[in-house]
Amino acid sequence: MVDFGGWHMPVQYSGILDEHHAVRNTLGVFDISHMGEVFVSGPEASTWLNLLLTNNVDRLGIGESQYSFLLNERGGVIDDLLVYRLEESKYLLVVNASMIDEDVAWMQSHLRPGVLLENRSDEFAGIAVQGPLAAQLFDRFFEGKISRPARNEIQRYEADCTPVLIARTGYTGEDGFELFFQAECAPTIWNAILEKGADLGIKPCGLGARDTLRLEMCYPLNGSDLSPDRTPMEAGMSFFVDLEKPEFIGREKLAQQREKGVGHRLVPFKMKGKTPPPRSHYTVFKDGNPIAETTSGTVSPTLGIGIGMAYVPAEFARINEEIEIDIRGRRFPATIQKKPLHKK
Amino acid sequence: MNVPEDLKYSETHEWVRLEEGQARVGITDHAQAELTDVVYVELPKIGAKVQAKAPAAVVESVKAAGDIYSPVTGTVVAVNEALENNPALVNTDPHGEGWIFLVALDAPEELAQLKNATEYRALIGE
Repeated sequence: MVDFGGWHMPVQYSGILDEHHAVRNTLGVFDISHMGEVFVSGPEASTWLNLLLTNNVDRLGIGESQYSFLLNERGGVIDDLLVYRLEESKYLLVVNASMIDEDVAWMQSHLRPGVLLENRSDEFAGIAVQGPLAAQLFDRFFEGKISRPARNEIQRYEADCTPVLIARTGYTGEDGFELFFQAECAPTIWNAILEKGADLGIKPCGLGARDTLRLEMCYPLNGSDLSPDRTPMEAGMSFFVDLEKPEFIGREKLAQQREKGVGHRLVPFKMKGKTPPPRSHYTVFKDGNPIAETTSGTVSPTLGIGIGMAYVPAEFARINEEIEIDIRGRRFPATIQKKPLHKK
Repeated sequence: MNVPEDLKYSETHEWVRLEEGQARVGITDHAQAELTDVVYVELPKIGAKVQAKAPAAVVESVKAAGDIYSPVTGTVVAVNEALENNPALVNTDPHGEGWIFLVALDAPEELAQLKNATEYRALIGE
């Protein structure tokens, strides 16, 4: 067990490798109650969110979601989050556990009339079911009472214990669902999922597998791969930035970077051959010179090789570029790769 | 947790088996269970001098890298090369096939400072 954003959470249950393979091959279930749930509603909700976030909520139909960034004035990332449009003028933002207070304080300080902001993180629990058999488990669990939401969509279901928001989203690269509901019902729902999934090979998964799974997909982790000093453009996330919007916090810097290019770029890399696993804050070398520090690293359970990410100078941010990673004073060869590192 | 009676134990969760004046060293069952999924072992070099309570090897799991402290002072006379291709031996057989290095002792009296099985069980709360 470790402390994570003020939560006492398991790094693993049966073991990171075992849990990782369960998600890639069958099913895994994650307790994501630490994630923050912030509701935004009111007649000005859409306009206000478009001023605060990089993506464009006007593109969302009711029940749809998008990945987005909350930026500071310098274009740096305060947090990355998912925006779900629940109703015409009601949104759910799912934010990182460690950033709930900071996000809400930032939003409060920019609040406008016509917007209601409710941080309901404490009353909500969350469970993610991820893996290729997720749809099968969904059908069993709801016994045909509701149809599966489409990829990136969310819907509401009235369970005996609590209303449940069910989204077809996740952080693993596999098919899956994320459920958000009243916290007091968490043990009931958790146990029911494990029971219904038992013969499908479902495994409870901890933070360790969550990290290896997301890193194989090159999904950035805030606090590691994202920071207030790096923009979404530098993180290679311009797809989630709508510069057609005339105004949003941080826009100026991002527009400038689109025009002139970025100095550094977040790239994934793969070690060559058998090496110790790379980890965060290891020095990256190119032609004998230090050029960067790793932001994430692990051994990929699927590929059986060390992988990681780093912000390298743009001139080196090319696929197959040869680099070296310093691990305890020895340098090991690696190559820059295309995203994602795990392809199906 | 398996805590064999014939071994000596360090507070940092290494075990020692005395073999004709030499000490075979590995990590305990408790330590491997805490680490889980060992994916890499950085072995000391044969001929290297190791100091009691000083780092001598590194065991890496998916989760983290952990220093292995030599429980004794001396010279490394053999290392478990099988771990280079199969680091998971540390998990599957921590007190046997998963041994890490063998030391020719400089100061056999240091062994008296190590814990016996009963004391080690108490240390890990069993």
